[in-house]
Amino acid sequence: MVNYLVKRIFNFLIMVVLASTLGYVLASLAFDPSSNYLGANPPIPQSTIDAKLNNLGVNPADPLIGRYFIWARNVVSGDFGLTIGEQRVNEELSRRIWVSLRLLIIGSILGSVIGVALGVVSAVRQYGVTDRTASVVSFSLLSTPVFLLAILLKFGAISFNNRIGTTFFFTIGEYSSDFSGSSWELLLNRLQHLILPTLSIALGGIAFYSRYQRNAMLDVLGSDFLRTARAKGLSRRKSLFRHGLRVAILPMATFFAYSFGLLVTGAPFTETIFAWNGMGSWFIVAVQSNDVNSVSAVIAFSAVLVLLSGLLADIAVAALDPRVRLR
Amino acid sequence: MSNSARVIDSRPASNERLTRGALIRRRFLRNRLAVAGLIIVASMFVLAFVGPLFAKYKWNELDFLALLQPPSRDHWFGTSQIGGDVFALTTRGLQKSLIIGLLVAVFSTGLAAIAGGFAGYMGGKVDRSVMWLIDALLVLPSFLIVAVMSPLYRGRTWLVFVVLLAAFGWMVTARIVRSATMSLRERDFVRAAQYMGVPAHKIVFRHLLPNVASILIIDATLNVGATILSETGLSYLGFGVQPPDVSLGSLIAEGTASALTYPWLFLFAGSALILTVLAVSFVGDGLRDAFDPGSVKSKNE
Repeated sequence: MVNYLVKRIFNFLIMVVLASTLGYVLASLAFDPSSNYLGANPPIPQSTIDAKLNNLGVNPADPLIGRYFIWARNVVSGDFGLTIGEQRVNEELSRRIWVSLRLLIIGSILGSVIGVALGVVSAVRQYGVTDRTASVVSFSLLSTPVFLLAILLKFGAISFNNRIGTTFFFTIGEYSSDFSGSSWELLLNRLQHLILPTLSIALGGIAFYSRYQRNAMLDVLGSDFLRTARAKGLSRRKSLFRHGLRVAILPMATFFAYSFGLLVTGAPFTETIFAWNGMGSWFIVAVQSNDVNSVSAVIAFSAVLVLLSGLLADIAVAALDPRVRLR
Repeated sequence: MSNSARVIDSRPASNERLTRGALIRRRFLRNRLAVAGLIIVASMFVLAFVGPLFAKYKWNELDFLALLQPPSRDHWFGTSQIGGDVFALTTRGLQKSLIIGLLVAVFSTGLAAIAGGFAGYMGGKVDRSVMWLIDALLVLPSFLIVAVMSPLYRGRTWLVFVVLLAAFGWMVTARIVRSATMSLRERDFVRAAQYMGVPAHKIVFRHLLPNVASILIIDATLNVGATILSETGLSYLGFGVQPPDVSLGSLIAEGTASALTYPWLFLFAGSALILTVLAVSFVGDGLRDAFDPGSVKSKNE
């Protein structure tokens, strides 16, 4: 087990380095940071532009490999450099990272727990009302892109607010900036802001997990060991949970890693549509303004997230499944 | 007497008639959802490519006398803020999204077949390096990579966008193809070909890939839906199909600003998008059930 862990963590580190390198190199090749200074009136002299680009470390005149190593050395010592607006990337990162993490963590936990529960119920009561409704709804959700889902949720919430005559769902920002009240009321206010973005992330997850969990559970339901468990006198409920679910939930751990990538893809849309200042909306602004350092920081962040979820999934599988542990 | 003779006659005849293709077609046609999906996809194509021929206005034509008008006889889906005909725009966007979806699905599945086929057949170093590449590319969501590379095709043809989407969308299918080829590698017909001195690339293309054709067809179909989802997402943010051209994604992006008061700006593009992707996934699932009725849907690998 220890060997296995060490190997996995080593692999994790290599992949993080690789992915962030890929991100930096692609961004450096595709972006033209000097376009931010062109077309100004009066025109900025070339020497000033060069000085600014040199200061950011993104001057295309310098060889890419040299820029990369300077960037990499700084990142290893914990400094992601400057944004195109000459702010510290680290500062921006620390301000935004929790906004996104809160969204992604709550969204993925809600999505996986509700999805798995729904999948189990659908499988146990196959072709029942719950199963049929869940199938139709999850198929439609899986065919709806995140941005469309978020927009529809937003519209639904606005018309709901109009109908009840007061703002129940907030559709812009993380909290009301002019809000004053006790800490409880502040928490409530934050929750009212949180609900829609989290839902737009979680609904896709629920649809995704419930489909896979249903199929995995159906596989297990027809298996011999479950019949044996019932034959030796276990109640239906006990056999389902102790023997059935434990096996059927294993593949979900692998899907968890995969679906986290989907969530990371969804965050830019959700954050933009609900005007959250997270990593995702930063990424979009950074791509639009040819900001190499910021984009590389976001890419490194998502690489760490995706790989970490993969690592956790592997450890979870090893912990749950004796067949993996023994290897 | 004559009756029983006919029964005896008809048995071998009906056996002969039921080729594998016919069997699959029959299984597919029995699946009501899949047939409905196929009909919807077909009608989307008709709407996208034949519809504009009957409309009064072209997608890049502006009617300055009708700004923000609701659906009417002249403008079937209404008009936009600057007088663009929403029907023409929606069909144009649907065309782009469908073509991009199809092209990317074909390219990426082809790439996946080659990479997965060779990795699975050759094993050893080839396999390890392909798998390593797949793992490395899967770390970063392809959305992020393509968005970062979007300045490269700004102001150029949308075909560059297609190539990028395909280049970063083949990995999952390649894994599936690889494990399927690995299970075929030791079969007798492959051995026989090897002993006759058939070179590796011929074995992969002539003997292995045709045997995983069902996987390729199913995945190509499902990839159409996945591609439409990512293409519209990128276009929504302005990283995909570039203006003045439109895709369903950029139409939805333009429509959302005032969609609550003028729902036709957004409604048609949005429902066309959801319907198309839903229908494609029904067709894909129907194909999977038809090719391999014993399989459980979750068994992707």
